[in-house]
Amino acid sequence: MGSGALFVAVFLACLAEAVEALTIVLAAGAGRDWRSAITGAGTAVAVLALLVAALGPALTAIPLATLRLVVGGLLLIFGLQWLRKAILRAGGLKARHDETAIYRTELAAAQAAPTESRGSLAHAADWYSFTVSFKGVLLEGLEVAFIAVTFGANQRNIPLAAAAAVAAVVLVTGAGIAVRAPLARVPENSMKFAVGIMLTSFGLFWGAEGAGASWPGGDAALLMVVPAVALFALALVAALRLITKGRHAPASTPAGRP
Amino acid sequence: MTARIIVLLRFCYDFVVGDDWRVALGVAAALAMTYGISTTSIPAWWIVPAAVAILLPVSLWRGTRL
Repeated sequence: MGSGALFVAVFLACLAEAVEALTIVLAAGAGRDWRSAITGAGTAVAVLALLVAALGPALTAIPLATLRLVVGGLLLIFGLQWLRKAILRAGGLKARHDETAIYRTELAAAQAAPTESRGSLAHAADWYSFTVSFKGVLLEGLEVAFIAVTFGANQRNIPLAAAAAVAAVVLVTGAGIAVRAPLARVPENSMKFAVGIMLTSFGLFWGAEGAGASWPGGDAALLMVVPAVALFALALVAALRLITKGRHAPASTPAGRP
Repeated sequence: MTARIIVLLRFCYDFVVGDDWRVALGVAAALAMTYGISTTSIPAWWIVPAAVAILLPVSLWRGTRL
């Protein structure tokens, strides 16, 4: 389960964030200047790759118990954040990610912004496109880079985590080039729900183990933890849907009154 | 310079802690409790799952009220 789960978790996390980053790059490119937008995105990817290359070996040098405690705790906090948002979206209490709407907003902002060039940046003809693309890709990618590095370090397999991240970026970039529009059909909310379950499950497993707990059955306990977290999250979605339905239901009319 | 440090610290806080600081605090407390109990003969593996079972619904409940 370890390597497969590592690949799936990093791939899905990276895919979801890459879809969001692609929307920003497409809007900056279509609304302003493609060359600057692509340069900005490429620079951000290079920064993220450097970060992973620097942090990866450093993390693998830390003793496994300490790494699992710290990283497990952080993954658990991240996972609960992802899961919280995904459950609120699935329960109808938070707006779902709509890449087409986000694209329209970003495009309008890009077209309305004044033109400004920075001579020091040789390849970036339009500073706005470069900055928006760079920031978009860096911020969307930072969390994924962290997930890839920490998952990989915990499993002592950073190359596999990096391969999963690269595969997702290549897939989204290819689809973006082919479609030349936001990838609105990607089931982003479902992917985030799945990533939230994986991060929460691995975070609580590694965190508890790093803190000194012994799981019944050892690593096989993960086979129980992941479905248990998934079922719990689905039960919370069902409960939230009931609450939402109750809120939107018409007020009952007392008997005998019109 | 100070403003940039504050921006960086705020970014780090948002990055790690996120929307609900109570979740981060709860996770830290659960891990500390696990560490404490694991030094005794009592099993400690159930503490973090129990914390998740409490923290997530509470955080969602707060999210629906905001």
